Amino acid sequence: MHELSVCQSLVDQVEQIALTHGAKSVELVKLRIGPLSGVEPLLLQHAYPFASAGTLAAESTLVIELVPIKVSCEACGTETEAEPGWLVCGACGSCHTTLVSGDEMMLMSVELIAAERTNHV
Amino acid sequence: MCDTCGCNITPGNREFAYKPVNGATAVAVLKSLLARNDDQAIHNRQHFDKHRLLAINLMSSPGSGKTALLEATIDALRDEYRIGVIEGDLETENDAKRIRAKGVPAYQITTGSACHLDAHMVHDALHQFPLAGLDILFIENVGNLVCPASFDLGQHRNVILLSVTEGDDKPAKYPVMFRAADLVLFTKSDLLPLLDDFSPARAEANLRNLASTVPVMQLAARKALGLQPWLEWLRSELAQQHARVDQGETTRSGIQAGVMRLHEAFR
Repeated sequence: MHELSVCQSLVDQVEQIALTHGAKSVELVKLRIGPLSGVEPLLLQHAYPFASAGTLAAESTLVIELVPIKVSCEACGTETEAEPGWLVCGACGSCHTTLVSGDEMMLMSVELIAAERTNHV
Repeated sequence: MCDTCGCNITPGNREFAYKPVNGATAVAVLKSLLARNDDQAIHNRQHFDKHRLLAINLMSSPGSGKTALLEATIDALRDEYRIGVIEGDLETENDAKRIRAKGVPAYQITTGSACHLDAHMVHDALHQFPLAGLDILFIENVGNLVCPASFDLGQHRNVILLSVTEGDDKPAKYPVMFRAADLVLFTKSDLLPLLDDFSPARAEANLRNLASTVPVMQLAARKALGLQPWLEWLRSELAQQHARVDQGETTRSGIQAGVMRLHEAFR
């Protein structure tokens, strides 16, 4: 259950970006989460309203894009999709693979509503 | 990539970065959700490197023998190295007392209800805990196979314990944790003859299925069995740490190395 602390860290980051841009509020927050990040997207989604309450991100929508696990094989060079507990090469079965994607826990972008008196942020 | 000037936006991820809708302005960020923790962890690692010490994060389920391993390690290396321990638990000073009873400095972090240590808690502890003169600093994380894996504390290496009473499918059940390992120890191995459901070979196969090639060792800390390979690993890691510091280099534990590869792939 560390999703709440991850979420608080996210909201802090988002609010800092909004303040830097002189925004009135935050409209949308986009994340990319992979199954090997250790963060459960559904729990993050549930925690978000609590973590963002009373901040510039209070009314914002959290959009989480799920990233598939992909591994690249050092033995045969093929890139295949994999499962969290099964990261061996899908083509040749070698366990000498490198993770290409699937451990992302990334804040991709935020959409901000400009403060009324500002025309441009 | 610097995360500030936009150079982290590549043809591969641009579509995620810019997509303005109805009057809102989109701002690309492309930063880890744990950026603040990671920045603090880098700072902690600088502290450790300044003191030329090796920082090891011990992670496992509760009761798999982290403190017992530390007690046995302190007994074995007492004349060789100066060791310090930072303990993480929800409540009590019990573990720190056990370590201090061995004559080694120990600082207890009580997390309250938090299920893991983070880089800020460790940094606060460092202010109360003199690092000068230490060779190895062990950070005994909160017993938990889930959350601690996500938080870099500034350690150089992750050591994960799996006691043979827990079941040999743990690496398959907790892939995020076991992927983070730089070394896996099967502990309480003296109990193996009594258990018909733990096969070290099967446990190792489950670890290899995570594309992990890290060393695996068996030991029984309370019986002082099988400690030599572990002590040799520590000696070798400390020598490598000294070599890195002398070269002005540093290293991060397993899972962060994975993230580094990922970001390289992004470029």
